[in-house]
Amino acid sequence: MTELTSSADGPWQSATVMEIIPRTPRIKSFMLKLSRPFAFLAGQHVDLRLTAPDGYRAMRSYSIASAPGDSGTIELAIEYMKDGEVSPFFHDVVVVGDEIELRGPLGGYFNWMESEGGPLVLVGGGSGVVPLMSMIRHRHAIGSKIPFILLLSARHWEDVLYRDELIELHDKADGFVLALTFTREPPRRKTDYGRHVDAAMIKDILARLPAPPKFIYVCGTNAFVNSAADGAVDSGIAASIIRTERYGT
Amino acid sequence: MVTRGFTGRKPPTDIASRIPPGQHLVDDFPVLSAGPTPYVGLEKWTFTLKVGPKPVKSWNWSEFNALPQTTLLRDIHCVTTWSKLDTSWKGVLVDDILTAAQLAPPTGFVLAHSFDGYSTNVPVEDLKGDKAMVALRYGGKPLEADHGGPARLLVPHLYFWKSAKWISGLQFTEKNEPGFWELRGYHIYGDPWREQRFTDD
Repeated sequence: MTELTSSADGPWQSATVMEIIPRTPRIKSFMLKLSRPFAFLAGQHVDLRLTAPDGYRAMRSYSIASAPGDSGTIELAIEYMKDGEVSPFFHDVVVVGDEIELRGPLGGYFNWMESEGGPLVLVGGGSGVVPLMSMIRHRHAIGSKIPFILLLSARHWEDVLYRDELIELHDKADGFVLALTFTREPPRRKTDYGRHVDAAMIKDILARLPAPPKFIYVCGTNAFVNSAADGAVDSGIAASIIRTERYGT
Repeated sequence: MVTRGFTGRKPPTDIASRIPPGQHLVDDFPVLSAGPTPYVGLEKWTFTLKVGPKPVKSWNWSEFNALPQTTLLRDIHCVTTWSKLDTSWKGVLVDDILTAAQLAPPTGFVLAHSFDGYSTNVPVEDLKGDKAMVALRYGGKPLEADHGGPARLLVPHLYFWKSAKWISGLQFTEKNEPGFWELRGYHIYGDPWREQRFTDD
């Protein structure tokens, strides 16, 4: 592999794939060791840049799933998109030891710091939980007791990204609450749901907080984000405290 | 650095020259925004020109629709790396808005404002002629709320965050005042052909 020194290429740096972890049937985590470690905020993303031998380049943004910290390694969870250009490459070609170019951290809005306070409502659709996971892991890592409730939608139980970790955090009963909803099967936990996110569900979630939310973060497809954000607005939540991140489609 | 094993999907040669570096072609029309989609009723819709803090001219929906309208066919480029070719827009050129207000640009910079509190800055030079419009229709239909309807700014030669959705007015400013994303790490100008994505690009 030809390689430039990272400093020769502006904001871009090389990162090494240290580990690949299958998370769900469609999602794998890639642990990337940064050659130039950076500090970041929970919720930020990186841009990846892939270069073909003929110089053709593809770029995509991926949210960071890991908590801010000084390990120098970040986790990206990449969902396999059929007909995609970049995600099939990650799933089918990338192996441990590969070098991937990236820049970051990026994004100055869909972020959370403890100093911003709470409570927080987090609503994720599928892999839309990734930036929310960084916030949840950050809360846990710093021992914060700020109330968080995560409403996470998935097709099936096996599709819930970070399911075991999230259930474990919920079971600590330290102010983090996990509510799951399944669009293709009935709920298994008694506080979960078995339908698409709607206004009634958002209202129900809000009622499970000890106090009104300071912010609501919603991430997923555009249709998913609209359902959740419209539901929150219909429940009387000010649009100004609703932060959204959409995949685009 | 060449990425081991990556060949990618190059765009067809005949359109490759229309796709800026780092962008990829899409057929659909992705939706991105930082907050909930606002639904602005036409009866409450207004468009206001301001010079500094001072409003100088305002239109309601029917008055604004009575201004001369122009159709533009343009390629658009989102900073999240998608590009879409030959998008069809109809609306009022910024030049025609200024003519109707009998206003010569009093400063060199504009902040576009939106009903949801969003803002973005554009130099006046980039709004001239057929470079920019306030678009009311897309693809022959009224502009959908998800895409910025009832009306959005269209400045297609800059990254698409400059084309403010749900536009409520243009404000002339003495200085080049950064807007919402420009204050949050994105480039002050945003030329896709120079890949001006982030502040220091």
